[in-house]
Amino acid sequence: MRFLMKTDYYQDIRLFKYRSTFFWYLALVVGCLFLPKILDEYMLSQLTFICIYAVAGVGLMLLTGFTGQISMGHAAFLAIGSYTSAVLTAKGVPFLLALPASGVTAALVGIVIGRPILHLTGLYLAIATMGAAFIIEEILVRWESITNGNMGMMVDTPVIFGFNFDTEIRFFYLSLAVLIIVLLLAKNILRSPTGRAFIAIRDSEIAAEAMGINLPSFKTQSFAVSAFFTGIAGSLYAHKIFFINPESYTIMQSIELLAIVIIGGLGSLHGAVYGSIFFIFLPQLIIISKDYLPSFVQDQTGLQPALFGLLIILVMLFEPMGIYGRWLKTKFYFEWFPLYKKDSFKREKKYQKAERH
Amino acid sequence: MEFFNELTQTILNGVAIGCIYGMVALGFVLIYKSTEVINFAQGELLMLGAFISYSLITQLHLSYWTALVITILAMGIVGAILERVVLRSLVGEPTYAIVIVTIGISYFIRSVVSMVPGWGTDTYGFRTPFTDKFLRWGDVVISYEYLSIVVLAFVLIAVVFVFFGYSRMGTAMRATSQNQLAAVYMGISVTRVFSLTWTIAAALGGIGGILLAPITFVHMNMGFIGLKAVPAAVLGGFTSPPGAIVGGLIIGITESLAGVYLEEGWKDIAAWIILIAVLIIRPQGLFGIQEKKKV
Repeated sequence: MRFLMKTDYYQDIRLFKYRSTFFWYLALVVGCLFLPKILDEYMLSQLTFICIYAVAGVGLMLLTGFTGQISMGHAAFLAIGSYTSAVLTAKGVPFLLALPASGVTAALVGIVIGRPILHLTGLYLAIATMGAAFIIEEILVRWESITNGNMGMMVDTPVIFGFNFDTEIRFFYLSLAVLIIVLLLAKNILRSPTGRAFIAIRDSEIAAEAMGINLPSFKTQSFAVSAFFTGIAGSLYAHKIFFINPESYTIMQSIELLAIVIIGGLGSLHGAVYGSIFFIFLPQLIIISKDYLPSFVQDQTGLQPALFGLLIILVMLFEPMGIYGRWLKTKFYFEWFPLYKKDSFKREKKYQKAERH
Repeated sequence: MEFFNELTQTILNGVAIGCIYGMVALGFVLIYKSTEVINFAQGELLMLGAFISYSLITQLHLSYWTALVITILAMGIVGAILERVVLRSLVGEPTYAIVIVTIGISYFIRSVVSMVPGWGTDTYGFRTPFTDKFLRWGDVVISYEYLSIVVLAFVLIAVVFVFFGYSRMGTAMRATSQNQLAAVYMGISVTRVFSLTWTIAAALGGIGGILLAPITFVHMNMGFIGLKAVPAAVLGGFTSPPGAIVGGLIIGITESLAGVYLEEGWKDIAAWIILIAVLIIRPQGLFGIQEKKKV
């Protein structure tokens, strides 16, 4: 059991709750630095994808997990980030400028489309963002002078100050660094007044407004910040896969991003990382477990999406707080070891009232 | 005259496709109206219905009408099973959880269909009593397939409308959608309402599938038409069964017109442009009820 004596307000918003937490994160980061020594190129490449999806996941988590606005069109911001970075680096702009530029472009587009639709709530917002994503995708297909349309475009490896990130190891370090920076940025946004306004909006829009929070302004900010991070992830994604075309950014990918944050656990930055680990390693797990399945099931191409769908359903049925919720429960069990009560996390069933009357 | 014939033809095609959108949208509306959830697997239910009817007609050599009835029953059972196994334990969970679950269901149905022997990822077609029959009216041609869709869509909408407005169960469904707890106090079995809603919605999906099959052919990605039906449902107001059909018609006709008279590309996004415009100008849709927030 561990007690925390809080004596002033600032302890509530510290970056790390305990001093030991900082130590463990540091150990984790240092551990990650040594991963290339023990893993082969393929696994490293998968780890890189985890970092990239986690960056996008952090973006969507800020919007969906912390501000409570569902977006089903985040693949569009990924696409905008990718194309901005690809076009800029092809024109000779250094990667170090193109990376933030792709975030900024995505954020600007986010403000433009977010402003009119953010007065919508819940499912209507999800649908509107989905529609916006379809339109952006079509624009990318038709704007051939810049995006090369359906033909797609090649992307160079990123170069920073003459250092070329052309191997798996180097690119892994790059995306890990971006992920750490993005996590720190997000964490700091969340403990600032802005982030706390986001959380207030999620918990109750009416109460937040009554407290003097300017709803349209903060929702737009949340949308823009979210688009910014997703744009950054898009830039990394483009430079990782070398070739982009509009078909890489479909509604399916938007849904997968949403699944990442929800399976990971809404309302926690850990969740974004857990979710992307789950999402990238699930196919690996399925490939490994294939050997133990009967042969007529083994060769089915549909096996992987079927299991993906099934797992999404199972996670939602048995652990709506996601993987982070499971982690919390495990941690709670050990922290309170002899005193742990099984029902501490018991869910309360609620009957619902319609949002419309 | 040439121009008018082309225009009439385009609009008629749009009406037929619009009725399909409307029927899928009707499935959305039914489920949203009584459970406050959007079922993103509605398009996949349509696909499953199409595949079942395809198997019944070409492999078991049943007649079209027998196949239609069996498909409706089978899809009803599928809907009931889905509700019982997956969705019942989610009553009272936040909406996003249920939405994600329906997305999971759509993944699952799509990939299971691709794994069933004899279905797989190929494209199929089958003959119906309406195949190769046309109604001519000057230069304008309407195929019986389109006509069957339009007629059946309007029959269904009438049935659903009457059911919701005048039957005991329909009233119970409306009551449940407004306030679950109050509905329970009034002696309504909320679980039965949910179960029946999913059964009907899945059966509607099955009907849509069997009607659409001769036009777009039966294949794994048929379900994406479900996404096109979302703008139709929004346009109609998401809570209004007649609105779903009207929304579907508007979307269908616009798409059809955009496909003929506008540049390539507009056809695919016309529906979404309308959707966003509607959401900005009139979020409650054409037939929806104005949302009022109470503290």
